[in-house]
Amino acid sequence: MPLRLLRFALNGKHSEPRMFRNHDTLKSSYDAVIIGAGGHGLAAAYYLARDHGMTNVAVLEKGYIGGGNTGRNTTIIRSNYLTPEGVEFYDASIKLWEDLGQDFDLNLFYSKRGHFTLAHTDSAMRTMRWRAEVNKHMGVESEVVGTKDIQDACPQLDMTCAGHAPILGALYHAPGAIARHDAVAWGYGRGADQRGVEIHQRTEVLNIDVKGGRVQGLTTNRGYISTPKILCAVAGSTPRVTNMVGLRTPIIIHPLQAMVTEPIKPWLNTILVSGSLHVYVSQSDRGELVMGASLDPYEVQSTRSTLDFAEGLSAHMLDMFPFLSNVKINRQWAGMADMTPDFAPIMGKTPVEGFYLDAGWGTWGFKATPISGKTMSYTLANDRDHDLIKSFRLSRFAEYELTGEKGAASVGH
Amino acid sequence: MSKRLPQVSGEWIDRSQPIAFRFEGRDYSGFVGDTISSALMACGVKVMGRSFKYHRTRGVLSMANHDVNVMVQDGARLNMRGDVTPLEAGMDLRAVNTFGGLAKDKARILDYLSAFLPVGFYYKAFHSPKFLVHAWEKLFRALTGLGRVDFNAPRIKTPKQYDFTDVLVIGSGPSGLSAAISAANAGAKVVVVDEQAGVGGWLGYNRGGQHDSSAILQGLLKTIAAQPNIDVRLSTIASGYYADHWVPLVDAKRMTKMRARAVVVASGAYDQPAVFRNNDLPGIMMASAAQRLIYRYAVQPASEVVVLAANTEGYRTAVNLHNHGVKVVALVDLRPEGESTPYAGAVAALGIDILVGHCIYEATPTSNNDGVRAAVICPRNAEGVVDTTVQSVLACDGIFMSVGWAPAAPLLYQAGTRMRYATHVHQFVPDVLPAGVFAAGRVNGVYDLTQKLKDGERAGQAAAAHVGLGSGPSVSVAPEAVSPSHPYPFVDHPNGKNFVDFDEDLQLKDFYNAAQEGFDNIELMKRFTTVGMGPSQGKHSNMNAIRVLAKITQKPIQEVGTTTARPFFHPVPLSHLAGRSFYPERLTPLQSRHESAGAVFMQAGAWLRPEYYGAAGVTREGAIAAEVQAVRTGVALIDVGTLGKMEVFGPDAGEFLERIYVGRYSNMKVGATRYAVMVDEAGVVIDDGVVAKLGDNHFYFTTTTTGSATVYREMTRLNTQWGLNVGIVNVTGSFAGMNLAGPLSRKVLAALTSMDVSEAGFPYLAVREGDVAGVPARLMRVGFIGELGYEIHIPATYAAHVWDEIMKAGAGFNIRPFGVEAQRLLRLEKGHIIVSQDTDGLTSPFDAAMSWAVKLDKPFFVGQRSLKILNEKARKQVLVGFAVPGSYRGPALKESHLVIDGQRIIGRITSVAFSESLGHFIGLMFIEMAQSAVGSHCKIRVDGKLVEATVVKTPFYDPEGARQKLEESA
Repeated sequence: MPLRLLRFALNGKHSEPRMFRNHDTLKSSYDAVIIGAGGHGLAAAYYLARDHGMTNVAVLEKGYIGGGNTGRNTTIIRSNYLTPEGVEFYDASIKLWEDLGQDFDLNLFYSKRGHFTLAHTDSAMRTMRWRAEVNKHMGVESEVVGTKDIQDACPQLDMTCAGHAPILGALYHAPGAIARHDAVAWGYGRGADQRGVEIHQRTEVLNIDVKGGRVQGLTTNRGYISTPKILCAVAGSTPRVTNMVGLRTPIIIHPLQAMVTEPIKPWLNTILVSGSLHVYVSQSDRGELVMGASLDPYEVQSTRSTLDFAEGLSAHMLDMFPFLSNVKINRQWAGMADMTPDFAPIMGKTPVEGFYLDAGWGTWGFKATPISGKTMSYTLANDRDHDLIKSFRLSRFAEYELTGEKGAASVGH
Repeated sequence: MSKRLPQVSGEWIDRSQPIAFRFEGRDYSGFVGDTISSALMACGVKVMGRSFKYHRTRGVLSMANHDVNVMVQDGARLNMRGDVTPLEAGMDLRAVNTFGGLAKDKARILDYLSAFLPVGFYYKAFHSPKFLVHAWEKLFRALTGLGRVDFNAPRIKTPKQYDFTDVLVIGSGPSGLSAAISAANAGAKVVVVDEQAGVGGWLGYNRGGQHDSSAILQGLLKTIAAQPNIDVRLSTIASGYYADHWVPLVDAKRMTKMRARAVVVASGAYDQPAVFRNNDLPGIMMASAAQRLIYRYAVQPASEVVVLAANTEGYRTAVNLHNHGVKVVALVDLRPEGESTPYAGAVAALGIDILVGHCIYEATPTSNNDGVRAAVICPRNAEGVVDTTVQSVLACDGIFMSVGWAPAAPLLYQAGTRMRYATHVHQFVPDVLPAGVFAAGRVNGVYDLTQKLKDGERAGQAAAAHVGLGSGPSVSVAPEAVSPSHPYPFVDHPNGKNFVDFDEDLQLKDFYNAAQEGFDNIELMKRFTTVGMGPSQGKHSNMNAIRVLAKITQKPIQEVGTTTARPFFHPVPLSHLAGRSFYPERLTPLQSRHESAGAVFMQAGAWLRPEYYGAAGVTREGAIAAEVQAVRTGVALIDVGTLGKMEVFGPDAGEFLERIYVGRYSNMKVGATRYAVMVDEAGVVIDDGVVAKLGDNHFYFTTTTTGSATVYREMTRLNTQWGLNVGIVNVTGSFAGMNLAGPLSRKVLAALTSMDVSEAGFPYLAVREGDVAGVPARLMRVGFIGELGYEIHIPATYAAHVWDEIMKAGAGFNIRPFGVEAQRLLRLEKGHIIVSQDTDGLTSPFDAAMSWAVKLDKPFFVGQRSLKILNEKARKQVLVGFAVPGSYRGPALKESHLVIDGQRIIGRITSVAFSESLGHFIGLMFIEMAQSAVGSHCKIRVDGKLVEATVVKTPFYDPEGARQKLEESA
């Protein structure tokens, strides 16, 4: 029993302070305003205050802290991407993740489980090898493994997948991890709040004031704020905000769904992904199997669930684990994924001076939370794109300089 | 002590059919019609489960699947809800999540440690020191979870069913049945579903009312029996609501996907617990649970009880209990004003003490915590302040609570209903319903029986009118005079253990503490405390959580709001959702020929294709080498029927092809073929094939195997915009295709056709229509694999015949079939690419060294704008051929091995093979422009070691293409 818990028993009164203060009013101006109190926005606020000394900062949130994709994703963290730029970026994120709980003094349940991306076809094997070769070159633990290694890690897996899609091998990524997603937003929020950042929930941005190509301020449902710098970190709502400043992006919103079973005694200790079967699954510390599949194949700006999704994913789950027939699905949900054509994010400065974009997070945003906060805070503070995000700049689309991550990001979030 | 009662009229059990079963290793018996919980209660069992976090003893709470206190496992069947799971003979049941059995659960120590484990305790510890994190996690994972999966359990395949109806009514209580009757009377086809095994809902177990509920139920059922338009389905759960009235109905055997034209939600309300210390002890349950036990299962739920009430239902329960031999020690009414209906007098007349303006301050457990021993009663004023100085202790073995309700509204929320908090009933009710969705009865805030029947009638009429039947609602419903729900049924206690969420073991103070830490809006509170996240999804806890939060924040409940209700209403087994699991698997008409020739198959999209043809004593590599050898020196046959096959007809056919492919087709002559590359709007190569011109307005062309469906869909989509005068037909399945290849192929073909197959009559890259083995055929001279060859396309039904005839005609030339692997090697020796293997998501035709195929000066084609821009840009990389010296003896080169220059990745192998004809490794690779000149040297990393390679010209084999145009040999 950790000593820390003793005080709860010895103290008659619950002694924990607020994680984030409430502010009755907005100030008339801030040095910077961050739109979106999800993991990314709060992380940027945290590092702005901690690393760059910018504390006169407001984070505006239409709903509540971590209520968007931060609280809807399946929490997989990995860095086994395909492009050297992607691998370097996500690897830097993992390095931050590993100490984040200690930095925050908050248990994020960061759990290194190992991550298998199963290959059922020879073309998938080629992609796995490509990723492994690039990863190893960049110093990231990644290996193409055979069927025996997969079975050793998960003896319960039907290696033929009901005879439909025999497993030929996998990409194994030892650093693959999961974490308690909500706590990540809370940890960043608390850290930012302690350093003087104001977090305003239920505060909706209605309009952004741009004059002479420069950000002047913005109008919210609680009044006008003047500010020279705005960071937009709103995932599925990105088009709504970029429209306010007249910025075109190639982002298209697709629903991404997920579901969980009832709690069952833990047996699945790794993270498994199958591109062919459109399944990724891990088991949480509550005992729930947390599952997802590929994007809905159409553009919809909504978080409604579909029955098709639950049916298709269940069938594929049983192909992999036939013994789960009696296990029940407790809940399904959806998020709005801001997809880009090359499956890489859009980060950094924009043609509108003072308007910074942290978007295009599609299905790969959660794992990037720490590094996006770190690099965007640098970019905002110095008005210069951080080196790690240069290949994610918005102008790459017009320049035909894409950062092709489709092979590593399309199913295996 | 609970026990079985003498026969109760309307009981669901069949006393002529006893059932033997086991629970926690002991023998018991019940009856057909019992649930697991009712049978155990009838046997006097009090403790049926342990709670998730503190492992406290638990018994029946709702008897309605609104909690999971009784969650049991029988072999492979796990997480079964004892309250509602029908008892079956031979069940061998154990409570889930115990360590060493229910009675002696070793984890019960956690109940004594609970002071150390306040809300969110796990966020505050166990993360440092870092080296212990893994050990803590192991401990958590050992303790967590409920049922245990049996890894040997077989897959269950349950068929699904599709259905449709005019009006779907959810709930067979009085309002649901009334709605069904009025909708059917208007002419609608009606399906009524109810998750219970018996019809009638509340009418079946609430007997104390001024109405004779049995008589009313019988009346309704009689009307329904006479109404052929009503179909009542019991033990059937409406599990979710999806767009356009799409409702999955789940029963024990299957999921039925119901499409309704209108939906009436008459799902009732969940009885809500009062929150006081030890309110979770076995023996403390909802009044509705006690009544369900009596009237459905003939079980006396306890012998001496205190009823805690804040509504008429509590008083009726007291009467019912008294009538079935239970001693009601007292009726404690939370309301200072007490009960205004004649029930107050009826209860008093039975000699039951009524303590108005009192509460239960705490329940006292028995010495071994297996039940309740007494209730401690204190006065409580209108402001909710409890006077703990005045206590009376009432001995009892049961406490039955009827203090309020929460609407069973998840389906309404999922349908997009806007709800509002109605203070006259202290519950959320529908405010704005979506089109075609209607609500009736308790879920709509209507509790009085007469009014419920009217509300159902109104909703049924409205639903019928929505589908165009009848003239709409003609009845009006009077609002409740007195709220059936108490606005704040909570009692603080310094020692806590006053539970709000029984699934998650959340106490009242956990909510105060969460709010203190800043989690003071309902969504954050849910996430921090996990209220409502357990298997019962907040049915007994969400409303109380909202009430507590409103109190803490001093906000109206309307402003506090609710969390999002998501599917499923009750959890649904994976097997029901998965169904029988169908896989589209495409076989060519030659499948049987491949099988008998010993083919080893591989998947190519939905198709199965022969990878190679095996034989006893021959390795995979040996078989492939022999197939290559046959093509290079003799004759061989491959099934290429999986290629996409398309036809376009019409005056604009040429123009259409000009637009979808990067090359030029308008100048083609009839009888010619041409290679074709397709790009997307970004200029990325997405498909390739061969276009054959069969007539002035008629083209036949192929696509890749995996691309055919997408290409066809994209073509039809584009022409919807373009409106060109063409017909586009996907004939992939109509035609079979095979490639007869090798220097001797002409001889074989000549024996089977009347066509002129001479080099002059049928030159390289020509297409001819003629006959093969008596079958009309289209033949193309193609060059993919670099030998003389004929791609023969014939109607699929004749494929086997033609294959057999070719094999017969070729027997003298040692003809043999060859598979995909040999073809891959053969095409690689010719330097031909495979789209998606030698290209990736960013490859332009320029990158793929196919600039020659791109005609940028055409008026328009898809991707032209991008290719024009790319054409002006400095190219980064290009696809080239490479060779490794024949002296190399190291590990095999593989696709995706990287080309390395110092610390930089400068390229990647896309295709590689050891060429027997050339005696060394050859392949294709992307490489940076600076290193791409023929003769440049580069280093490839193979298993960690750098291997020298040289950029070479392609084709590797027969660079002049002489073999494809092979003249008639002597």
